Amino acid sequence: MAKSKSKTSEMETSQGKSRRDFIVVASYAMGAVGAGAFAWPLIDQMNPAADTLALASIEVDISKIAEGQSITLKWRGKPVFIRHRTADEIRQAQDVDIDGLRHPEGDEIRAQKPEYLVVLGVCTHLGCVPLGQKVGEVRGEYDGWFCPCHGSHYDASGRIRKGPAPTNLEVPPYAFLSDNVIRIG
Amino acid sequence: MESKEFKNPVVSWIDHRLPIFSFLNHEANEYPTPKNLNYFWNFGSLAGIALVIMIVTGITLAMSYTAHTDYAFDSVERIMRDVNHGWLIRYIHMNGASFFFIVVFIHIFRGLYYGSYKAPRELLWMLGVLILLLMMATAFMGYVLPWGQMSFWGATVITNLFSAIPLVGENIVIWLWGGFSVDNPTLNRFFALHYLLPFVIVGVVVLHLVALHRFGSNNPLGIDTRGPQDTLPFHPYYTIKDFFGLSVFLTFFAAAVFFVPNMMGHPDNYIPANALQTPAHIVPEWYFLPFYAILRAVPDKLGGVLAMFGAIAVLFVLPWLDRSPIRSARFRPIFKIFFWLLFIDCLVLGYIGAMPAEGIYVLIGRLATVWYFAHFLIILPVLSVIETPRPLPQSISQPIFSAAGGGLAGAMSAPKEKVE
Ligand code: HEM
Ligand code: FES
Repeated sequence: MAKSKSKTSEMETSQGKSRRDFIVVASYAMGAVGAGAFAWPLIDQMNPAADTLALASIEVDISKIAEGQSITLKWRGKPVFIRHRTADEIRQAQDVDIDGLRHPEGDEIRAQKPEYLVVLGVCTHLGCVPLGQKVGEVRGEYDGWFCPCHGSHYDASGRIRKGPAPTNLEVPPYAFLSDNVIRIG
Repeated sequence: MESKEFKNPVVSWIDHRLPIFSFLNHEANEYPTPKNLNYFWNFGSLAGIALVIMIVTGITLAMSYTAHTDYAFDSVERIMRDVNHGWLIRYIHMNGASFFFIVVFIHIFRGLYYGSYKAPRELLWMLGVLILLLMMATAFMGYVLPWGQMSFWGATVITNLFSAIPLVGENIVIWLWGGFSVDNPTLNRFFALHYLLPFVIVGVVVLHLVALHRFGSNNPLGIDTRGPQDTLPFHPYYTIKDFFGLSVFLTFFAAAVFFVPNMMGHPDNYIPANALQTPAHIVPEWYFLPFYAILRAVPDKLGGVLAMFGAIAVLFVLPWLDRSPIRSARFRPIFKIFFWLLFIDCLVLGYIGAMPAEGIYVLIGRLATVWYFAHFLIILPVLSVIETPRPLPQSISQPIFSAAGGGLAGAMSAPKEKVE
């Protein structure tokens, strides 16, 4: 060891850096890249697996939902709310001045057809399922949904109006296959 | 560490090659301990015993538990009804978590009162806060395992906290879940981590003890020991005292396990998890309530999450917030008052955390949250400058000599002479 040390000093360059220093740094760098490359699979294995991602989309016949009624479905493990809104509710949802909202979105962007509102039943605060689906449940101060966990109020368009939730109830990707059938996902 | 001569030749033979007996003798037998420790110094060893109880009952539970959303709830019910003594083991584990937290909270308040976080014990204190964090993670994931309604919705709300992180929050939550909601992949990984973390805690506890034994225990006077007249050997004086404390602790623990095993739990967790319905009023386990109250006190999602984690972060930096060189509250008249106010404040936060977030509770919760942070960030730094402490005693032995005269001093020093 002592011998090789003296040898490297002979090989020192003008900046005082030796080839040995270069080899040391290069080995550390390779080691770090290798450790990183091996860590990634260990971290990424926790992301959704292929079969979880492949979860089929669902189709629903909405003709059976009477006006004023709502149904709850399960999609990707989460509740989806479909509400057949009354003329009154539609008017309420459309007449709001969206500039004053926390998350300004017009009702026409949120509902493909004004009669049917499709949203994820997941409070955007911390993920509870808001109340207001069943007849007789509290619907909050804006006649939409009310999240009991920390008191978020959503309106008839699923927009956040009061409480800690930051954004409106999410609208999942969906399409009308016919007048009566929609596909979610 | 010099090795010691042991009478037993086998012990001697082993110790010469592997000085484990010398080590134990040094750290657990001779180990000089301040002679004036009160019963608040019991809670460290109690916490260690609670950890062992949790690991032993946990591993035996794991032998009958199934980490799958379709079977988890039923497997816990089977443990309760069919597995031999399963009910006992589960109730010990369930209540053990609560008692573990009670012990650790008392242990922490002890440290706050007697200034045990001050130099040279800063790292010892920080390792303790790290243990608290690991315990919270472990208990949270353990509570998810029986897959009841509170398991499911507690897991949903707590994992969603991470969605408050700007930009990457959503991705982090999906990564934690392994899907698009709390589901089977989540339950599986929580079981894996719930099994692992207690052993990580054991590792940190070892570091905690190494740091402790570097300078020894603090004591109710908060002054340094000045030599053999101030200390007693750990064994038998403190081993016997710790055993007495343990028997009192186990009495309360057994009373809970046998008479009110579900008192500290929530009945909704005996309803199987339902992803489509949130219970009317979700509350975390009692030991999380003060933190939950702080989370809800802030009307902004990210702000609430930051405040909650901040409540623990201030404990980490506490040694640098309280600059007063006097450790024990006994000699800090104003600090003592504020200590008790903080204690009451934490109880208030715990109460508010259990109440619905509406009306007057919101206001009280906000005031209590502000007070909590003001205590650490404003009051303690200011007190360290303006407070005039009471005079400190010369040494641990001195107040005993001067207060009670020869009689008591003689009684106190008599056993000491025997062991020397
Ligand atoms: C730091 C130590 C530990 C703490 C604080 C802790 C906490 C908890 C909690 C709060 C529960 C929920 C109890 C209930 O409501 O049913 C639980 C369940 C469980 N724990 Fe632990 N635990 C610890 C160590 C362990 C260890 C080392 C294992 C070993 C595998 C384990 C295995 C289990 C199992 C299988 C369950 C599910 C059965 C049940 O719910 O009773 N735990 N734990
Ligand atoms: S989860 Fe809905 S208000 Fe917090």
